[in-house]
Amino acid sequence: MSELTRLSAAELSDLQVRGEVSAVEIARAHVDRIAATDAAVHAFLHVDTDGALAAAAAVDAARAAGEPLGPLAGVPVAVKDVLATRGLPTTCGSRILAGWVPPYDATVVVRLRAAGAVVLGKTNMDEFAMGSSTENSAYGPTGNPWDLSRVPGGSGGGSAAALAAFQAPLALGTDTGGSIRQPAAVTGTVGVKPTYGGVSRYGLVAFSSSLDQAGPCARTVLDAALLHGTIAGHDPRDSTSIDVGVPDVVAAARAGAQPDGVRGLRVGVVRELGGEGYQPGVQARFAETVALLEQRGAEVVEVSCPSFGYALPAYYLIAPSEASSNLARFDAMRYGLRVGDDGTRSAEEVMALTRGAGFGPEVKRRIMIGTYALSSGYYDAYYGQAQKVRTLIGRDVAAAFEQVDVLVSPTTPTTAFPIGERVDDPLAMYKADLCTIPANLAGIAAGSFPCGLADEDGLPVGFHVMAPALADDRLYRVGAAVEAALSQQWGGPLTGLVPDLEVGP
Amino acid sequence: MTAITPDEVAHLARLARLDLAPDELEHLAGQLDVILAAVAAVSDVAAADVPPTSHPLPLVNVTRPDVLAPSLTPAEALAMAPAAEDDRFRVPRILEEEA
Repeated sequence: MSELTRLSAAELSDLQVRGEVSAVEIARAHVDRIAATDAAVHAFLHVDTDGALAAAAAVDAARAAGEPLGPLAGVPVAVKDVLATRGLPTTCGSRILAGWVPPYDATVVVRLRAAGAVVLGKTNMDEFAMGSSTENSAYGPTGNPWDLSRVPGGSGGGSAAALAAFQAPLALGTDTGGSIRQPAAVTGTVGVKPTYGGVSRYGLVAFSSSLDQAGPCARTVLDAALLHGTIAGHDPRDSTSIDVGVPDVVAAARAGAQPDGVRGLRVGVVRELGGEGYQPGVQARFAETVALLEQRGAEVVEVSCPSFGYALPAYYLIAPSEASSNLARFDAMRYGLRVGDDGTRSAEEVMALTRGAGFGPEVKRRIMIGTYALSSGYYDAYYGQAQKVRTLIGRDVAAAFEQVDVLVSPTTPTTAFPIGERVDDPLAMYKADLCTIPANLAGIAAGSFPCGLADEDGLPVGFHVMAPALADDRLYRVGAAVEAALSQQWGGPLTGLVPDLEVGP
Repeated sequence: MTAITPDEVAHLARLARLDLAPDELEHLAGQLDVILAAVAAVSDVAAADVPPTSHPLPLVNVTRPDVLAPSLTPAEALAMAPAAEDDRFRVPRILEEEA
């Protein structure tokens, strides 16, 4: 493997600034790495070798011409397949969008390209981002680079696996109930769900509009901050985009790594997110990380959020309800699959046939749950009640942030589970998002940071940090403190311990 | 919560415009039962005086000045259509034969 693929985005940027390596060499190293490993990992649904090399060559030319370039210029990035990319297939992991090539870029992709980042391709995901294991992709599962027989989490398992397999130093994800953070946790990588409205959703194929948020995935905290800073900020094309300045997440990542980076920070351990049902190795690494923050001067207290226990049921009503409405756009009329248009069938019949053939089991389940929850006679008992729970969770969070600056918990109750274990047991699968869902319901910022390997299985554990809306910088401050302390033990990022992947010919 | 019958599942599938095979309906009926029983817990906590939250931020209507801006050409918009004709999306009939 080329050493270039082991480096962080920040290091790759420095090397280019110093003229020691070109963007084309960096792109070539990553494209080669994907070619050598992706038969085993299957992180990518589409690799754009020509486009990546052309974009890299343009960066090299701009640098040679003395043009001002930002920190992501010439740095490769993988893009989750739920984000529209002009001229590149965008399938959302679904058969219904097989071969769809969007005529426009998502705003986050526009901003990446403008920053000179090199788009490598599109990453695998649970169909329409519905799932916690990437097994719901119509194009087959992705392996976790720590153990290819296990899931890389989901829905953004492809983006997380691409990082852990050293196929890309950066990736974009989206997070509706944990789809950035839970894959980050189980692959030993960093993933941040920004404040709702902090990053544009324009060109993000909608699953649950009041919860969806795009965000950065990386192997280091600083890299995640650099990506966050590049994609965040107001977008007039997204009516829910917040029109205020983005907190300086890069400065926070640098400050947090200093020995006194979290001195005086008030850290609240959420009582309801731990205990029974949590794997011993997850609890052990979490407790050690809390102690470590305390050693660096943070003030740790226990905080109660009594309504969090109802977040999971509320989410599995709200998200499917919004999904059943959002996915009505896949009607076989303007784009995507069309089945049974034989001149005798009506539009309605063609629509039902197409959706029956084009959607996979989990998407069908959620559309059905949402249809049920929104139907007359059940609306008040299900959707209406879930919206009230959402209010209670918002109140819990507001009360907690009067006492502390950040809230912490494990990111997910267990380490990566074996492929196939939960695929036909929806409730067991849904529990993977137990700790991550409250942040989506409340619209606050949250991130997952690697905090070690569980003793019983040697697999990565994630440390989950939540911060108030628009205080995304606090995530990076805490994440960088954890990383600075633990990387001394690990000899670098946790992903340095990923076993060598068997590389094909 | 009462059990959901395959007939009720079939009705939901029609509402959702999903053509499902009989074995899919039966399998889904069992799973929906389990899921809906689990999520019904939301009824336990939130009292009548709790207002609903539909969105994490207060939503305001967003408009822009009514001026021409670049948009997709007809060719771009139709490029990925399942069927197109005369610069339009071609769709199956939308009225019943007898209508």
